[in-house]
Amino acid sequence: MSEAVSALDGATFEGFAKVEETGLRGMITVRGDLASKEMSAAIKAATGAAVPAQRKVTSGDKGAVAWMSPDELLVVVDYASVNETVATMTDGLKGSHALVANVSDARAVFRVSGDSSRDVLAKLAPVDFARDAFGAGDIRRSRIAQVPAAVWGNEDGSFEVICFRSVAQYVFDVLKVSAQPGGDVGFH
Amino acid sequence: MSTRLTTGGRLLNKSKQVTFSFNGKQFTGFEGDTLASALLANDQMLMGRSFKYHRPRGVVASGAEEPNALVNLGTGGKFEPNQRATTTELYDGLTCTSQNHWPSLEFDVGVINNYAARALPAGFYYKTFMAPAAAWKHVFEPIVRHSAGLGKAPKDRDADRYEHFYAFFDVVVVGGGVAGLMAAKAAGQSGAKVLLMEQTAHWGGRAPVDGGKVDGVKVDDFIDATVAELEAMDNVTLRNRMMGAGVYDHGYILGYERLTDHAPLLDGPRHRLWRIRAKQIVTATGAIERPLSFAGNDIPGVMLASAMRDYVENFGVSAGDRTVVVTNNDDAYRTALALKAAGLDVPVILDARASGGGVLADEAKAAGIRVEVGKGIAKVKGGKRVTGVAICAQAGEGAVLEEIACDAVAMSGGWSPVVHLWSHCGGKLIWDEAQAHFRPDPDRAPTSHDGKPFVSTAGTASGPLKLDDVLVDGLKAGEAAAEAAGFTVTAADEPKGEVHDEAPLQACWLMPQGAGPKLRMKAWLDYQNDVKVSDVKLAAQEGYESVEHTKRYTTLGMATDQGKLSNINGLAVLSDALNQPIPATGTTTFRPPYTPISMGAIAGEARDEVFQPLRRTPIHAWHEANGAFFEPVGHWRRPYCFPRGQESHADAVSREIRQTRDSVGLLDASTLGKIIVKGPDAGKFLDMMYTNMMSTLKPGKCRYGLMCNENGFLIDDGVVARIDEDTFLCHTTTGGAERIHGWMEDWLQCEWWDWQVYTANVTEQYAQIAVVGPNARKVIEKLGGEMDVSKEGLAFMEWKDGKIGDFDARAYRISFSGELSYEIAVPASQGRAFWDALLEAGKEFNIMPYGTEALHVMRAEKGFIMIGDETDGTVIPQDLNMQWAISKKKEDFLGKRAQMRDHMASEDRWKLAGFETEDGSVIPDGAYIVAHGTNANGQRNVQGRVTSTYYSPTLDRGIAMGLIHGGMKRLGDVVEFNKVDGSTVKAKVVDPVFYDKDGEKQNV
Repeated sequence: MSEAVSALDGATFEGFAKVEETGLRGMITVRGDLASKEMSAAIKAATGAAVPAQRKVTSGDKGAVAWMSPDELLVVVDYASVNETVATMTDGLKGSHALVANVSDARAVFRVSGDSSRDVLAKLAPVDFARDAFGAGDIRRSRIAQVPAAVWGNEDGSFEVICFRSVAQYVFDVLKVSAQPGGDVGFH
Repeated sequence: MSTRLTTGGRLLNKSKQVTFSFNGKQFTGFEGDTLASALLANDQMLMGRSFKYHRPRGVVASGAEEPNALVNLGTGGKFEPNQRATTTELYDGLTCTSQNHWPSLEFDVGVINNYAARALPAGFYYKTFMAPAAAWKHVFEPIVRHSAGLGKAPKDRDADRYEHFYAFFDVVVVGGGVAGLMAAKAAGQSGAKVLLMEQTAHWGGRAPVDGGKVDGVKVDDFIDATVAELEAMDNVTLRNRMMGAGVYDHGYILGYERLTDHAPLLDGPRHRLWRIRAKQIVTATGAIERPLSFAGNDIPGVMLASAMRDYVENFGVSAGDRTVVVTNNDDAYRTALALKAAGLDVPVILDARASGGGVLADEAKAAGIRVEVGKGIAKVKGGKRVTGVAICAQAGEGAVLEEIACDAVAMSGGWSPVVHLWSHCGGKLIWDEAQAHFRPDPDRAPTSHDGKPFVSTAGTASGPLKLDDVLVDGLKAGEAAAEAAGFTVTAADEPKGEVHDEAPLQACWLMPQGAGPKLRMKAWLDYQNDVKVSDVKLAAQEGYESVEHTKRYTTLGMATDQGKLSNINGLAVLSDALNQPIPATGTTTFRPPYTPISMGAIAGEARDEVFQPLRRTPIHAWHEANGAFFEPVGHWRRPYCFPRGQESHADAVSREIRQTRDSVGLLDASTLGKIIVKGPDAGKFLDMMYTNMMSTLKPGKCRYGLMCNENGFLIDDGVVARIDEDTFLCHTTTGGAERIHGWMEDWLQCEWWDWQVYTANVTEQYAQIAVVGPNARKVIEKLGGEMDVSKEGLAFMEWKDGKIGDFDARAYRISFSGELSYEIAVPASQGRAFWDALLEAGKEFNIMPYGTEALHVMRAEKGFIMIGDETDGTVIPQDLNMQWAISKKKEDFLGKRAQMRDHMASEDRWKLAGFETEDGSVIPDGAYIVAHGTNANGQRNVQGRVTSTYYSPTLDRGIAMGLIHGGMKRLGDVVEFNKVDGSTVKAKVVDPVFYDKDGEKQNV
């Protein structure tokens, strides 16, 4: 395989919060019956995690799973092992009506960290980022300014933003504008 | 004269002097001043000229309701017009100019309009400038525009930054006066998440100026203690300099936070627009004092009584040495007492009420002030400044009883609750006869999705005007809001506010009540838009009975202040003229924002490089580095061509085409939509989506398909590849990817929800590169890898997965150019490397990229249609002679039935054909094929139009496709296309396939 390069090749910015492109991530769109035994078995086999509840992320030893819609999940694994995971998932769901697609290259991922990271995100996404409303293991499919994006909370208090690869520069730029010194809201 | 007093000024930091300029003159003020108070302190009472008559105007209010004191604030990138001096906090270095004057504020030529006022009544535009029509544009409009108007438009880019902020609360309280503080505290104590916002920099509203005690302590101390309590609550957020701008459906409310207006040198955004979702909204927005309508009530020096008191108490500024107070209620007596206490002279209080005032009136008399009951002002004397008043009986017609010299007039016509936010989302009002004002009707509140109220009011915004009522109302409103938001409230002790007995107000809409036309013509209702009592009477006389019509005819309440001072007085005058009670007239509609908010705040972060998202392919950076000339395609930028050196775009396009046709070229086709459709019913589903039969396609094969909407019109096209028994990959146009994905999901979710089909949009997963031209195969083979791309190994209209060089590739043998062509998809992360590898491998063939224009020309040479060129939303496949792509075997597909309608099946439809000009020239874009005669509108008849027209470097002549009546039956006819210069160009109707009619080149 030719060497794969992420959209912004690890760009970073430090304002009143830190914004970094995390590099390539294995991502798999899975559509199917989320309540089925086959689905939980396939998800378990691929990631070690359980099927997440609405607007939640679960994680296991091999990866994480995010709820995307009533019939869609996003499986997140190492970029290097994504083809293997796609195969595992496809195999596990062979008997049922499901769709498994590798979308790793269609995405860019940013980490927003620091005490004020909630304020950075709340300038761009119509999401309640209050500590009691959004924490580790929560995900929202929403937008960042003018483009679609998903945001989830990490255990260490940082956040990850997933967007389409073509708008990686735009999302990085709006996160930068949002995290610019002087713009701290002091709210969250 | 107006001046700074030695005492007073609770908001000032007298140890910090600041310098500012007004119309180029240098002035000084103190930190804590507003621009208005600082101008008054410097005896600058004249602050602007009025909109229509250019009358001299001074400040009349002390807050957001100010109509007159508007300035052009700042310079260059910090310039902003129509800024209210009363809400502009003074800072060192502030620069401003007054508005609507020429050549100067003191001497304004436009004031001629004032003397011609008799000729410029309400509606004069409509009556005067009827004819001739051309005169409006060239004579009247330029004159009116020069003469009327307020601030100047900014000329430079805004130097500041702005942002939005999303926040969620249980209870939002708007207004940080005593009622708002009480409401926030009550809601906060229940555990609700509360936001309290206050538009000024200070808490407590008017209470500190009006004085009094709460539970035995001075109201100032009570405010400080309450703010401290609120600050200590984790669940309460306090924000000052933040205005509740608008209330919208479902608890959506906008907060307009002004972060650096008071200190422009501070780092950070200037304004922040809070986009808030609240379960409950409490508007504690206070009340606004009404002016009285008497002749000369707009002369500088005539001010609201409350404002005059504010200037004395808050800023230590007096509007004049001798102030006549005129009122119809007790509150104005407070001003008289405050002025007296500050050592100023109050020669008389004119109380329009025959029975006079209550306890406060007795205090005034005790302080030695002359009080005249049943009296009013016949007219104010003076021009640029008040010099005196003529007194008359309120009951009469204005016969002057006495003239009194003075340099200021304090007026009070009673108080109107600020009901704007309550009304934005449908809250209704009731007329309170005793207070002579509209107040919110708690039984008809704005309701949310569940039919329950989500807005309530607190304090004077509810109607009560006395301190104890206000405090209790605030407390109750806070408790009720918290309960409505789902919290449990333990009733708190009601605070006790100190009150005086007040005599009832007596409505007074015109002073004197029998004022004749001459006085009415000088009695202003709307200062900012120059609307007088006489204008509203005229509107009524001319049949404008609806308050909304009168508003528009007279422009009452239509200026930047949205009639905060004028609305109630105006509709009272209208009611009187129409002989009907005020509630029968009603109010005009209150719309957000409460006061104007900056355009920057609305735009938020969306400016400069993040004005709009720009979509970039994995190869975009190469295009930029190699001089691509881009064209927008949706949010993408695609290279139109790659000019070299001084080469023109046309030359570049020709070069790219010749190279591709002769050897090999590369196209970045990554933007094409790619949608996976999978499931046991996928074939059945695609048979409905496309006009062709897709279910019979074999895995490993590709088929070109057309998509129509349910009305039969073409909406998209592209190549479908069958991946396996259950899986298809559908290519869409670049602009169609998201739209077609949504279209598919719409049918699957809403109509055929029981079909087993899933879709996924994987457009961006791949970089897709077309390798095109006779040497395409050689270039690919040079890269090595395991994939057999020979004629037999990968035949035309087949696809295959495998390694090309090091790359994980999927190659499609499809051609949009008519040449030997491979479209190769690799994971986006490998896209740039793949592009580089192809360029390297193709060096010996002089490989070069081509842009969208070369792509267009080459497809037109082949007679291939383009969605958006040959189609425009009114074209069906049959119009494009594409019957071959419409399955006759299928029972149904989207558009089938529509295409059977008479008009769709008619032989009279314009149909596709090719065109060659006789002189070889290129037909202009958008040209029509003219026909004989003219239509009913005198326009030339037409029989068709061009849809694609290009210079073909391959054929060295102009080629075109177009729709023509009769279509291909017209082959050989010579028709005329119109040209921009009015002439026409002759062209022959030909076969639209201009190049390689048998398709031999793509099939090698």
